[in-house]
Formats: sequence, C-alpha cells, structure tokens
Amino acid sequence: MNHDNLIRMANQIAANLAAQGEAAAVEQTAQHIRLYWDPRMKAALREIDMQDLSPIAKEAAAQVLDRKTS
Amino acid sequence: MTYQPQPDFGTPAKTGPDVTLTIDGRAVTVPAGTSVMRAAAEIGGAIPKLCATDSVEAFGSCRMCLVEIDGARGLPASCTTPVAAGMVVKTQTPRLEKIRRGVMELYISDHPLDCLTCAANNDCELQDTAAQVGLRDVRYGYDGANHLGQVPDVSNPYFSFALDKCITCSRCVRACEEVQGTFALTIEGRGFASKVSAGAAGDDFLSSECVSCGACVQACPTAALTEKSVKEIGKPERAVITTCAYCGVGCTFRAEMRGNQLVRMVPWKDGKANRGHSCVKGRFAWGYANHADRITKPMIREKITDPWREVSWEEAISFAAARLQKIKAEYGARALGGITSSRCTNEEAFLVQKLVRGGFGSNNVDTCARVCHSPTGYGLSKTFGTSAGTQDFDSVEDSDVILLIGANPTDGHPVFASRMKKRLRQGAKLIVIDPRRIDLVRSPHVEAAHHLALQPGTNVAVLTALAHVVVSEGLADEAFIAERCDWDEYQDWARFVSDARHSPEALEPVTRVPAGDLRAAARLFATGGNGAIYYGLGVTEHAQGSSTVMAIANLAMATGNIGRRGVGVNPLRGQNNVQGACDMGSFPHELSGYRHISDAATRALFEAEWGVALDSEPGLRIPNMLDAAVDGSFRAIYIQGEDILQSDPNTHHVAAGLAAMDCVIVHDLFLNETANYAHVFLPGSTFLEKTGTFTNAERRIQMVRRVMDPANGYEDWQVTQLLAKAIGLGWDYGDSSQIMDEIARLTPSFAGVSHARLEAEGGLQWPVNEAAPEGSPIMHVDGFVRGKGKFMVTDYIPTDERTGPRYPLLLTTGRILSQYNVGAQTRRTANVVWHEEDVLEIHPVDAENRGLSSGDWVRLASRAGETSLRALVTDRVAPGVVYTTFHHPTTQANVVTTDNSDWATNCPEYKVTAVQVSASNGPSDWQRDYEAQAQHARRIEAAE
Repeated sequence: MNHDNLIRMANQIAANLAAQGEAAAVEQTAQHIRLYWDPRMKAALREIDMQDLSPIAKEAAAQVLDRKTS
Repeated sequence: MTYQPQPDFGTPAKTGPDVTLTIDGRAVTVPAGTSVMRAAAEIGGAIPKLCATDSVEAFGSCRMCLVEIDGARGLPASCTTPVAAGMVVKTQTPRLEKIRRGVMELYISDHPLDCLTCAANNDCELQDTAAQVGLRDVRYGYDGANHLGQVPDVSNPYFSFALDKCITCSRCVRACEEVQGTFALTIEGRGFASKVSAGAAGDDFLSSECVSCGACVQACPTAALTEKSVKEIGKPERAVITTCAYCGVGCTFRAEMRGNQLVRMVPWKDGKANRGHSCVKGRFAWGYANHADRITKPMIREKITDPWREVSWEEAISFAAARLQKIKAEYGARALGGITSSRCTNEEAFLVQKLVRGGFGSNNVDTCARVCHSPTGYGLSKTFGTSAGTQDFDSVEDSDVILLIGANPTDGHPVFASRMKKRLRQGAKLIVIDPRRIDLVRSPHVEAAHHLALQPGTNVAVLTALAHVVVSEGLADEAFIAERCDWDEYQDWARFVSDARHSPEALEPVTRVPAGDLRAAARLFATGGNGAIYYGLGVTEHAQGSSTVMAIANLAMATGNIGRRGVGVNPLRGQNNVQGACDMGSFPHELSGYRHISDAATRALFEAEWGVALDSEPGLRIPNMLDAAVDGSFRAIYIQGEDILQSDPNTHHVAAGLAAMDCVIVHDLFLNETANYAHVFLPGSTFLEKTGTFTNAERRIQMVRRVMDPANGYEDWQVTQLLAKAIGLGWDYGDSSQIMDEIARLTPSFAGVSHARLEAEGGLQWPVNEAAPEGSPIMHVDGFVRGKGKFMVTDYIPTDERTGPRYPLLLTTGRILSQYNVGAQTRRTANVVWHEEDVLEIHPVDAENRGLSSGDWVRLASRAGETSLRALVTDRVAPGVVYTTFHHPTTQANVVTTDNSDWATNCPEYKVTAVQVSASNGPSDWQRDYEAQAQHARRIEAAE
C-alpha cells in the first residue's frame, strides 16, 4: 500500500478527533482504523515510519498493531 | 394499463373540515375550501372546463364551467366558487348548455379544424369539451379575424408551441409560475392580440428563461404545446408507472408507450416525491436508451490494448469467471472486488455486494456514494443513529426558515427546488451558505434573507460560528436538548463552540463571511420557527465532509429542529438510488441496513441465508482499491453502472490503478471511459428495461417497472446472476421480487417491504417494520434511533489543499440542470443544446488580471494535472474562486482534482482544489492524447 497515503489518512483522522481530548482521540482514532481499514492497510502500519505520524496517530497505530498481534 | 389521460379534478385538493353540499341531487362531502368544480369531479361529474386544471389554482377565465347555485345571483364559475354547507348546485341545465355552447362556438371559430391530423387527436381537452357541450356548428364561419397560419415555435428540442392552436387559457403561464416557479411565460398583448410569450420580443422558448420542465406542456388543454415525440410517433396506447433514473428526488412518471416504443414520460400526479412535476431530464432526456452508442452485445479482450471482440453471453461470462477464479486462486480473495451502482435498483446493488462478499470472498465492495454522500452516512449515523435524511419532501411545506448549504437544488434537484421555491414565495425565509451565487439567492419572487458566500473549505468554521451565536446568545432549545439528547455531551459541545476563537468575528478572516451577516443568519435560524437544513455535495465533498455533516446535525439538535414536519436534516442525495445502494450494504465495512461486518451476530444471519462464511474484516474503499491495484495486491474488479475514470478524482491515478489490474469487468450501457481499461464488457439495461426498486433521498422505496424488453437481452440483476453461477454460486432468482424478499429477511429496516406491498400501496419510506408498519415519513419523532442524540465536537481543520503563488485560485465543481453527472445519458440526448461543453466560471477581476474574456480557451492547472476549457466571466463566483462542471469527458475536470479526501470516509475533496488559470490556445496535449487513446481503446473487431 502507498505509505504516504496511509500516513496522511491516519494523521487526518487523528487531527479531526483531537478536539475530543488526547486519550479519547487516541482511542477513537484506533477504533476508526479498526472499523474502516482493510487488513492490508492495517498491516502496512508496521512498515511505515512512525516518525511521520502525529502523536495521536502514532499511539493509535500502536494500539491497532497491539490488538492485531494479540 | 390501457392509455387514459390522468384524472383532472380541475382545481387543487384542499384540506379543512368537511363540508356537505348537493350537486345534481347527489350529496357530496369535501374539505372546506374545495371548489364546486372539484367537488363535482370527486363524485364522477365532469363540469366542462378549459382554463382549469388541478395543478394550478383556479383562474376563472374561460366561462365554460358556469353552474347554477340555488339562491346565488347569476351563474358563478364552479372553479372559483368554494363549496358551502347546504349549497345546492346544478351543473347541467338548458340555460347552462346554451351559454357553454355559445362560448365553445367562439373558441372553435378561431381554431384550425385539423383534428384528424393533429397530434392531440383523441387526447385533446378542447376536442373533448366541444363534444361535451354538444357543439355541432359554428354560426360565425371561419373567415373573420383569427390566429390561423402562425409559424410554430419549434426552437425547443422536445416540444413545440403552435400559436394557432392556443386558446390563451393561461394554464401554461400559471404552471410555469405556480408549479415550476420560473415565471418564464406570460400573456403578451391585450384582447384579441393576447398571446402566450416566452419572454421579451425576439425570444423563443429556447432563448427564454424556460427550463423545459414540461409543466406547461402537461397543463396545455390543446395541441398548442405538444411533445415532438407525440407528433412523430403518435398517441400512446398504454401507460406504465415507473420511477425516474436521474437524481435522488425519485420522481414517478407514466411511461406512455406505443408497442415497445416510449412515446413520452409524463410526471405522475399521484407521485409522492414529485407531486406531478418533472424536470428537463426526467421528462424529456430519455433518448439515450436507444442511442446508437449503446452496446448490446457482450465483448471481451485479452489485453486492454487489443480491440474488443463481440462474443456470446456464454463466452463473455465464462471468460470473466475464469479470470476471476484464476486471480482468486493465485492472489487470494482479497485481490478481488466490485462496485455497485447507484443508477441500478436496490435488488441489483444487493446482488453485486452479495457476489463480492459471498462469491469473491472479500468485502472489497464500494459504491459511488464514496464520492458523494458517504460523509452523510457517517455523520448522521454518529449523531442520530441512522445514515439518512430525517424528513419527507412534503415537510418543506411547514418550514419557516430554510438553511441551504452546499447545494444548488434548482440545478441538481429541480423538482424539489420548485416545491422549496413555492414555500419561499409563501413567506418562508432562506439562508444560503455557498461560495457561489446560486439561482436561489435571487430569482423571480425568491430572495435569500442571507447569502453567506464563504471561502471554499470553511464549512465547519461557518457552522461552528453559527452554533457559537446560538449558544452564546442563549438561543439554544435546552428543553429539547435535555429531553432528547445526551446532556453532558451537549455541555461539552456548548463549551467548545462558545469559545471566543469560534465567534463569527474571530473566524471571519478564515471564512470571509462578514460576522454581522453570520450572526443575523444564526439568529434567524434559531428563532424563526421551524428550521430545516438542506445540504448537498458542497458539504460532503471536502476534507471535512463528515465533520460538516455532524456540525449540521449539532445545529439542528441545538435549535430543537428535529422530529416533526418542517424541520430536520435533509441531504439532497445525488443519484436516483444512491440512498438505496448505501442501504443495500454497498460499503466495504457494513452489510445491508448499516450493520458492521465485524458484528458476528449480523454476519451469522447472512452466512446462514447465503450458505458461505464471510470475511469479518472491512474491505477496501474505491481509492484504496486503486492504491492496492498499483501496489499489486488488488487485481480484479466488477464495476456495475459507474464510470470511475471520469467521475473519480485524480484521473491519472484512477487510470494507473485500472491499468494495473488483470481483470476489469465493466457492466454498463455504453463503452464509458472506464471501459477503456476493461477486459470484459457486459452490456447493461436501462431503467425502462427492468423491474425493481429505487430509494430516493427521503428514504422512499418505489417501484421501477419494466416498460420494454432489455435491448441486451437481460436485466442487470440477471447478468450478475449469470456471473455468480459461473463462479459456482447456486443462485436461482426467478425475478427481482425474490431478491427483495431476501433483503427484507436480512435487513430490519426493510422487514416490511415487498414488491407486492409496493404495488398495492405505492412508495414506502424505511424503516418499514414491526415498529413502523406503514413506514416512516419523518424520523426521530419520539426519540433518536440511537437513543439520545449525540453532539459531536467538530473542530475546524483546514484542508491540506492550500493556495499559493503557483496555484492562487480555488476551483470548486458542480453540475447544471440539463446535464447529469458524467453525462453518459444526457450527453446522448438533445440536452446538449443547453450545455455542449464544460466551461470555467471566473470572476471579472481574476479574468482581467489574466487578460481573459468569455469564450477564451484557458489552461486550468493544479498540482494533480491540467486541462483546457473555455472561460465564462461572471460574478456568480467570488474573486479567487473558479467553478466548472464535469459532464464532458473531453474536459476531464477530474484530471485537475486531487486525491485529498474526507478524513472519515475518503470522500474526495472535489470542492477545493488550488489551481492556476492562464490563457491557452485550445485543448491540452493530454486532452488530444486522451481522445486518441480512447478511440483506440474502443475499437471493435469486425465480425468474421
């Protein structure tokens, strides 16, 4: 998958949810990715450079990957 | 049914307390305010009439409908006389007979007596009325002054006006005013010189303000205004009620036929969505169904560089199935997907998603709502609990303030716009939020109280500022909120919007909306009575489309404008069945009825019905499918009735995605732009050739009825079934009603829907189930579907798409009245007379800075690509904003649009693209190359 697109999407989701407060935004961003992203898109989160993600998106990506692994 | 004109009760129906009177010795009870004429018609009487028809208010000019009323002086006109309790009316007496015959004699003395060769012969109210009054002779002869021999106005491509057949009854003029609300027609001159005129001297129907809605033609009692198709083909011999396949209004029509040939489409008076009205597309633009470009034989090719080869259905289907199965075996189920069509029926959309989920084995199914109203589904689902609008169209009759944001109904949803204009003429107030001065801002007898001409991309900021005023000035309906919404969430939201940074003054530099105007608009909406919000793609097609929908829902809840007539949140859905396609489980994350694919209990229902295991993970959306195709992990797609190459953003990227696939199956009427990249072409059927249902923007499920045989041999659902069978699925639907039965079994909101019930009762608005057996015209009446209404904090996040020195202007796109979306249908009709090419609207200041005049070729360039088209210099757009349509493939406006999209749904940001405009000397190299490539891709091998 195109990593730039995925990074942009994750950051955009996080930015739009940021007003909910950080903890809620992380939770909701992770939930959004779980509910709407295809498995290969979620899997590609492993391959992207996490430094390109905003703090909320980064934490959310980690939550998605944790749940996926567990 | 055998052809009969639609019943005409003479004057409109009224509501009021019952009144009983006696007509010709028979007692009749009707609502107060009803005319004597209508009361007589209700009991089967037929008082002769010429100037009266039930689509317009009574006029009382022709004097044919005189009656005798006991105790009344003279002979009142029955059309203008309201009923009264105890009234005793005689409609037929020797005195009345004599007067009517005398009046008729005068009419006929100035009428060409060419009945046998007239297009309206045996379908003419003048002829019928002459017979009704027993006219046998014209004592005056025909040699006096008359209007005979006038040259007819044939300028309109669809109907003609013959002045010598006109009786100057003004029905056409009144229909144009009262039904359509355009006021294009008038009666010019006085006395004998009076005549119907379509505008100023020198104007004909085509050059006038006429929008060709057909209301005048329908109202005409003679052959003065007649459809050209009736002249060419003859009087219809049967009529079938069906539903229009253009926009989301869902007008119902009588398809009037001779044999297997469509003579005309006439709006059905009993249509619940259109109430007997129509627009130029549904009424007249159906000629594409038999256009020479239509492909009716299946075709295949090994490579997209090969010419097409016509083959049998068996060969095409087995070729497609073999490719799909090979790809699945090699790359797995998730390498396959499909796109359902919002132009096709509910039953057809349901089958395509069933094929993808149950046959291909993936959830990679999407639909064109991805590029239009997917944010509506998301936003309204989060706030209210349902992915649809809250009202029926009739609701607008009770609105006091209409807030219209990002929609241009007079072009996009013209039949509903006429009803909205009618309400505005009655005194409702209008607030328009749109960067462009749409017609409703100021048109005959309609003027917006406020036009907030915002900077494109700042919808959320404007809505937050409106909410700021409502909350900070104490205008919120806290009683409603406390009862119906989550109070704590409201408090959080109210704190957020009350923040000084969200005041109109603070946001004015961003929105460019004067703070005073915005405050006044907010006060009007919050305090002006029933407030209704209508919106369109100017809301959804943004990076913050979903946030905007939620901000709209917040505003409606905060002002208590939900759950009754006259209020609500009303998305004006674009395509005829885009609501239905979404309802049918066309999105990759949810099954029909908007239930997430990860829900095991829902999945189990479908697995039990279909006999297959379903993937629990969401699939790819269209833009993700294209990314994955370029990446190599998505390799086959079945596209029913959608032209993604022309309609989706960033054409270069769409082309790259399609070109990377091993199997592209296009199922359509025409070799559309997407088909240039296809390996299999399966010919489709038009809405005239199939039976099923469409669901309109008010959630109304209506029957689509087959009026002629499919030119390709199959209805579209049958083609999908052929493909399903070929990949090993044991489908065996005998007709589309069986598909609806399956939908009803699996979808709670459709539980009470069946073709039999729709046939018996007409349209039903979902949910139709045990809790709402008669359907749900208005939603959230006693409470929100999700329980408590949820206020969502929606922060304004500017789009990444920014203007700068290289791209200093903002491009926004839209559509116009005569053309429809990618133009596949309307470009193949005479509608091209009104719009033969896309043009770029540019403000005079921006044009002058670039040395441009109207008609000049201009280069339109963005970060994504460039194209050329002609300029139209107009102050309808604000300085810094340019606008175009995307109806013509030669323009390819979407070469310019970017792949920026809504944060929640990936709905493309069509409405904001930073561009530069400069002088050009004609089409770009890319346009020339594209045309050559398209022609090459459409080669069809000569049959041996």
